[in-house]
Amino acid sequence: MRAFRYHRPADVADAVAVLAAEPQAAYLGGGTNLVDLMKLGVQRPDVLVDVTRLPLDTVEEAPDGGLRIGATVRNSDLAAHPTVRRDYPVLARALLAAASGQLRNMATTGGNLLQRTRCVYFQDTGKACNKREPGSGCAALHGQNRDLAVLDWSEQCVATHPSDLAVALTALDTVVEVHEPDGPRDVPITALYRSPGTHPERETTLARGTLITAVRLPPLPAARRSTYVKVRDRASFAFAVGSVAAVLDLDGDVVRDVRLAYGAVAHRPWRAYRAEEALRGRPFSPELAARAADAELAEARPLRHNGFKVPLTRAITVRALSELASS
Amino acid sequence: MQGGGENATTTDERHSSRVTFEVNGSSREVTLDNRTTLLDALREHLDLTGAKKGCDHGQCGSCTVLLDGRRVKSCLVFAVTLEGRSVVSVEGLAGPDELSPLQAAFIAHDAFQCGYCTPGQLCSARGMLDEVARGWPSAVTDDLSAPAELTDAEIRERMAGNLCRCAAYPHIVAAVRETAAAS
Repeated sequence: MRAFRYHRPADVADAVAVLAAEPQAAYLGGGTNLVDLMKLGVQRPDVLVDVTRLPLDTVEEAPDGGLRIGATVRNSDLAAHPTVRRDYPVLARALLAAASGQLRNMATTGGNLLQRTRCVYFQDTGKACNKREPGSGCAALHGQNRDLAVLDWSEQCVATHPSDLAVALTALDTVVEVHEPDGPRDVPITALYRSPGTHPERETTLARGTLITAVRLPPLPAARRSTYVKVRDRASFAFAVGSVAAVLDLDGDVVRDVRLAYGAVAHRPWRAYRAEEALRGRPFSPELAARAADAELAEARPLRHNGFKVPLTRAITVRALSELASS
Repeated sequence: MQGGGENATTTDERHSSRVTFEVNGSSREVTLDNRTTLLDALREHLDLTGAKKGCDHGQCGSCTVLLDGRRVKSCLVFAVTLEGRSVVSVEGLAGPDELSPLQAAFIAHDAFQCGYCTPGQLCSARGMLDEVARGWPSAVTDDLSAPAELTDAEIRERMAGNLCRCAAYPHIVAAVRETAAAS
């Protein structure tokens, strides 16, 4: 591991200023991903700016009924928060389906959103990876790509985003509060992440050195009927091979509103707008849910080993929505 | 850093720090290369070899300790971040000549074979039982609004961050169940 200097910033402005002045500095949150990647030699910061003691660790109910979650709120605290459990079960379920008890005690809200792909080629410095080393190629494209993308990938990168939290927040139309070198800004989470295109090393639309300070959930009474379905290779403590965050609002049996987002299928959490459109205003049935998923997945381009993700994602869409419809 | 494998190069003052934190009730002050994890600080600098290095990547749980009362993986915590904080390792779960109820239950139920994962299992179970007492739900909790009931399925899910290569899992579940029922 490369030697690094350690800085505990006085406030958000200090943290952002250090990142602006030090081209190879990195923020340290819970460390559950970054420390591992430093051990692997995948990330090699020369300064760590520890943001975990900044006063960003509160969950506040907004006057409009929404919820503002500080960037250093730990995943376990957020999952256990009474308002999250009551008003946004999809969020609690996504957090609880992720990692292990120990890791949830460490991982922060902001760090979770900015964690790196678990593509094994990205994590192996002996393999070609355009995300880790731009221009070196993509060993995954024709390699073992079972766990990788089926939507929106490019010849340069077929990685998926690993976060469960980000999928739930994408379904909930979350706003991400950031502090850029130029000052604070709000970014809708649906505009936070990038497609890989020709620059997979650029994962977000944020300027380098930007610090996430909070995420804001808009009021969404329909989210009281919401859930997160995640499929893993084992019963617990594994990344998704497929996941869906779902909010369903029925008027009788007619879909008044619906929010859907998929995990493990693309370079970013995938908001399923086409599926939502296919569902809205129609009487709900499992068959309708399957057709809606098909509409979303029509543009899927499976790789050699991951064709199963298309029917799997369709199946969990049907399961999640049917559970909500009958609850 | 001593004993750090790939971290064998010496570093200057800019890359090391003096840090004071509490370990098992005593204040400890150490000067460490910033790359030193809490796990390596305990094992290589503080002569506390209870916490074990299994995978060193946060996957196996054998390095689990309590940090400010919460279970964490000490292999993924840089010790430099710990100024003023409080760590309890397996050595601190009970007095030097005592067993905590959880440790006694592990022995009574034969909840280990080789014992390598046991310090992590014990610290994890201790932290997990406190989480249950606070009413935290898990991935297998059906009703998110009700207090969690510690069924065997709940114990297994909540202990999923600790692997046991000897597969003593049924006995670990029994030991945790008994400890929870008695408390």
